[in-house]
Amino acid sequence: MKIILSLMLAVSIGVPSALASEAAHIEQLDWSFKGITGTYDRASIQRGFQVYRQVCSACHSMDRVAYRNLIDLGYSEDQIKSLASETSVMDGPNDEGDMFERPARPSDYFPNPYANKAQARYTNNGALPPDLSLIAKARTGGADYLYALLTGYDEAPASVTMNEGMNYNKVYAGHQIAMAAPLSDGLVAYANANTPTTTEQYAYDVSNFLQWVAEPSLEAQKRVGLKVVLFLSILAIIMYYVKKRLWAGIKGKK
Amino acid sequence: MSSSKRFPFKNPVISWVDERLPIFTLMHQEYAAFPTPKNFNYLWNFGAIAMVMLVLMIVTGISLAMSYNPSADGAFDSVERIMRDVNGGWMLRYLHMNGASFFFLAVYVHMFRGMYYGSYKKPRELLWLLGVTIFLIMMATAFLGYSLPWSQMSGWGATVITSLFSAIPLVGDSIVTWLWGGFSVDNPTLNRFFALHFTLPFVIFAVVFMHIWALHITGSNNPTGIEIQDKKQDSVPFHPYYTIKDSFGLCVFLAVYAAVSFFAPTMLTHADHFIPFDPLITPSHIVPEWYFLPFYAMLRSMDFNIGIPWTDIVLMDSKLFGVLVMFGSIAMLFILPFIDKHPVKSANYRPRYKIALFIMVISFIILGYVGAMPAEGIWPTVGKIFTAVYFAFFAAVWWLNKHEKPKPLPKSIHASVLEKNAKKEAALLKEVES
Repeated sequence: MKIILSLMLAVSIGVPSALASEAAHIEQLDWSFKGITGTYDRASIQRGFQVYRQVCSACHSMDRVAYRNLIDLGYSEDQIKSLASETSVMDGPNDEGDMFERPARPSDYFPNPYANKAQARYTNNGALPPDLSLIAKARTGGADYLYALLTGYDEAPASVTMNEGMNYNKVYAGHQIAMAAPLSDGLVAYANANTPTTTEQYAYDVSNFLQWVAEPSLEAQKRVGLKVVLFLSILAIIMYYVKKRLWAGIKGKK
Repeated sequence: MSSSKRFPFKNPVISWVDERLPIFTLMHQEYAAFPTPKNFNYLWNFGAIAMVMLVLMIVTGISLAMSYNPSADGAFDSVERIMRDVNGGWMLRYLHMNGASFFFLAVYVHMFRGMYYGSYKKPRELLWLLGVTIFLIMMATAFLGYSLPWSQMSGWGATVITSLFSAIPLVGDSIVTWLWGGFSVDNPTLNRFFALHFTLPFVIFAVVFMHIWALHITGSNNPTGIEIQDKKQDSVPFHPYYTIKDSFGLCVFLAVYAAVSFFAPTMLTHADHFIPFDPLITPSHIVPEWYFLPFYAMLRSMDFNIGIPWTDIVLMDSKLFGVLVMFGSIAMLFILPFIDKHPVKSANYRPRYKIALFIMVISFIILGYVGAMPAEGIWPTVGKIFTAVYFAFFAAVWWLNKHEKPKPLPKSIHASVLEKNAKKEAALLKEVES
């Protein structure tokens, strides 16, 4: 009886604390890259890249992506060259031992908005904006979580006292996030007038982009995987019948 | 090995080599003609599967090592370079990462089969001991490998596990400093982890060789647990009967492994494994890979000090006790052949042992679940209960030595096969009649 009581007590203490530590429910969207034959939606990723360049990149670095990688998104080499040359990078030392600035080339990686982590923290009220190269893999829920986070800003309920400089977010663990709502309707002008310029659309596009950034080999994985699994399955079926035939003489022997 | 008769090979080159070094005769005796019980079920595939996984891990691992940079500053970046810039690098990494999981899966099934059919009993005690040794080295290797990407989970996992040694009285802290090569988990730690992670698989390979050697001295156990009496009736040559059967099982296993590695490669991986290690930020909840979770649960559930009741005297603090319980759970596997003296091997003829074993397996799985949960609320209590159940299994095995009446055994392997066939035929007849 004592054990049952203590079990019940343990449940009653355990359940609420477990609930509190869990973030809000994250909706699963129908991403094009899902499933075993999924592919990337390049139009959406290109728009997401635009959102990243015009909004996110002001505070977030993306150290592991080079301009040359954009070829996978359907940009031409000339487009990539001109995209890269819009930013300048520090190079050197030259023959005279001096560092110099030059326009970025396709082989250069995306520039970091900060000189170092300390500067990043200092400019952001003590919070460090994470590098976004792997963010879709580094958060439970992946693209679904990113979408939910970007669209999860809301007025803080009366019961919650917000710390200074923090923003209320429905899905962020603890609900207080240092990043202010980055997206708003009409913030970025899309080239195609038919694409809605809503927060939801931006969040969807940028999450698609971040998924591609985190897992650029995803399409190759599925393509190769399909062949490998198919090959092994067929081989397994053949081996099964070889085995059955081979053993027929043994199993029945009296 | 050398004194036995040579096999007459027709090919003159093979014959020439074999006269001077009878390696082909050895292969023929051990892998072709080797008499193997003819009544294996599919659980007997997993030894061969584990062997293939070991080779696969070594091959992908060496390839990865060629592009990996074992330094605290460069490890995470080099792994990402492998993923993005090395040709086929993502495939190597995902096959290696998920390969560890599937290697453990194969070994767990292999061990369960050994326990269910009493393969650890006389005359195969040493065979079992070598197997548990392989399991132990595998655990060390997997843990070391988990540290190498130098992610949040890597660094903090390494910190948690190496800190276990600080539980050793008097010298604990010095040992931890020695293991780390400094006063925290840092570059020297990563360097030695890489060196050991590279070396240990070859140690495993050597022990596997002894494991198979010992197997070929005693011969394989089988679902009845009765030894081969009449070679002609009870056994078949290993090749082609089991090479083909193993190939079938292997293809099915590899297909599942490939499906996970290619379609859901990060399914078994925590998100924190994709954040670079930061010694100043502790993740909210440090968890090992799934195959360590039951042991992790045992470790964490021991949250009480052992002392003299009604006094404040502490004989053993909770940390040391947890470590002892965790290592004790594996030590029990080492002494299992010496606890279980019951003459009947197979659980098919030992109804009580069978129940005890299933309870143990279920409690092990529940412990795995507990290990994945935060150590708060109900979970430490659940962990304590099922840790006790796990250890109670070994006590039960010892008790059953004198308290289990086995079911009647078939006369021979052959007789058991006939009996099974007769049952099948009777069932078929019934179906036809109805």
